[in-house]
Amino acid sequence: MSATSSQELEQAPPRMSSRLEGELMEVSLGPQHPSTHGVFRMNVALEGEIVRKLKPVFGYLHRNHEQIGESAGYLQAMPYTDRLDYFCSMTNNWAYALSVEKLAGIEVPERAEYLRIILAELTRLQNHTSLLGFLLSDMGAWGTPLMYAFREREKILDLFESLSGARMMCDYMRFGGCRVDANDDWIAGAKKIVDLFPKFLDEFEDLILQNEIVIARTQHVGKLSPELAISAGITGPMLRASGVNYDIRKIDKYGFYPRFKFRVPLGDHGDTYDRLMMRALEMRESLSILQQAFAQIQPGPVMNPKVKIRAFKPPVGEAYGRIEAPKGELGFYLISDGSANPYRYRVRPPSFINLTILEDMCLGHTVADVMVILGSIDIVMGEVDR
Amino acid sequence: MIGAGIAKGMAVTLRNFVGSYLEEDRLTTVQYPEERNPLPENYRNFPILIFDGNDPHAGLRCVACKICEKECPPQCIYITKSEDKKPDYMGKPQFYPAVFDIDISVCMSCQICVEVCPFEAIKMDKEFELSKRERFNALLERKEQLAKSNEYYHHIHPVEAAQVDKNLAEAAAAAEAKKKAAAAATTAKASSVGDAVSVPGKPAASPTAQSLGSTSSPGVSPPAAN
Repeated sequence: MSATSSQELEQAPPRMSSRLEGELMEVSLGPQHPSTHGVFRMNVALEGEIVRKLKPVFGYLHRNHEQIGESAGYLQAMPYTDRLDYFCSMTNNWAYALSVEKLAGIEVPERAEYLRIILAELTRLQNHTSLLGFLLSDMGAWGTPLMYAFREREKILDLFESLSGARMMCDYMRFGGCRVDANDDWIAGAKKIVDLFPKFLDEFEDLILQNEIVIARTQHVGKLSPELAISAGITGPMLRASGVNYDIRKIDKYGFYPRFKFRVPLGDHGDTYDRLMMRALEMRESLSILQQAFAQIQPGPVMNPKVKIRAFKPPVGEAYGRIEAPKGELGFYLISDGSANPYRYRVRPPSFINLTILEDMCLGHTVADVMVILGSIDIVMGEVDR
Repeated sequence: MIGAGIAKGMAVTLRNFVGSYLEEDRLTTVQYPEERNPLPENYRNFPILIFDGNDPHAGLRCVACKICEKECPPQCIYITKSEDKKPDYMGKPQFYPAVFDIDISVCMSCQICVEVCPFEAIKMDKEFELSKRERFNALLERKEQLAKSNEYYHHIHPVEAAQVDKNLAEAAAAAEAKKKAAAAATTAKASSVGDAVSVPGKPAASPTAQSLGSTSSPGVSPPAAN
């Protein structure tokens, strides 16, 4: 196959048609391809095996989340937030509760704040663990790393289940606190899992981080420059892998995070390997936050008694609450007109915005690398399509 | 050296493989239909209606106030209020649901109906093996299927059920005491003073029961406010 010159490619019409054009071959990856994450489709124009154009197509999982949030009441939207990023329902709950608390000026009891931090960091652990498993699975390491990751993840999900009643659709937080209190057994169980987690992390890092195949597949693949990352609004571990020090836990100081000592790991190159390492390092920091939280947590109420469950009507106004979710900045923007439903309910999803630069990262790489790069972005289609 | 990293990873795999025969924490597989992990106390699946005593109709705690129908996020509860009244657990005549259906194919197990119910009538079940052979009506559960005895509730959520029973007993005792006090006051003093005494209070002990009792909507009275 003779190579098309890059000039000709520049002149090619930006909109792709369904037929073959010149030397480029169009391939539709997904929406049911096993290694695209969920129902996500990529229209890729290939020159040989090299990606020359990539058009992400999403919306297959769209289910009107924001409209439901506007037509249901404030409390009724809470269980729907579980379904946004179904790996991290606890952080979704927290982000939504935080914005409603900002809107209505609700105070949260101290124990509830500690429980929220514990649950958010446990969520980060299980999200990053399963992400590493999925990423290895995308590289062709079928089964083994994913199963090891899921074995550990399931322990954390068991904790969520015994506290909130459900593994993934926790629906645990409420405006002004948490729904039920964690008893001492639960805290002890969580502490035990957190104590044993470094052992698993050591083992997992032995398994993958020095593996020559992993290094060959990830280093210098899918580089993201800090300038592009900032201008595209990338947040979370992806942005920090490019070397930008931006962590909302440090910047916004929401919750009780200022009481905790932790470091923000930063990457040097912004390639896929850095993004992979970023998750491994963040888990270590999460473990240190969890240990501090277990040492500091005190008994007390977990729910602000002034907050009404039924007929909750915040005052007129608007609020934007954001947290550092495992995937990046998760924000909820709410406008209240004083009624029982929000006038406007908007989600700022990290995975959707992180996905927007997929084409920039994939150009010039092979098809096989596209899967790895997509895996390293860490998307969940429930959140992308909403 | 090329291959050292791979060898290191293989050693981990080998350790896990051998460990899965020897170590308890690496041996995680549960052979599901035969072996089962115990469900945690807080586990929730789909709502059920609680009745006291042996008769599902006479003992049903639900008074068809329709709060859960209104608050349910996916709107999966359908209630029709009865024409007549039947006595509730305190002997007070109350409406009861003539129809109470929950479409469990729509229900998303969020537990909001349980949180908003002022009568401790709707609770979450732990039954999760719900596959049905019929396509159309099998997942629309009727009042008869939803009604479960208080003993069953004690069996699935022991700690929570004990707390609920305590709250209900306290509410009933407080209502009884108030009735006696009001009767004594009306006989002893003028009727205008008696009105002031009979302002409903908040007798329940737990914080949830208090917050629920204080937010009753018009036409609905919490258990003790008579």
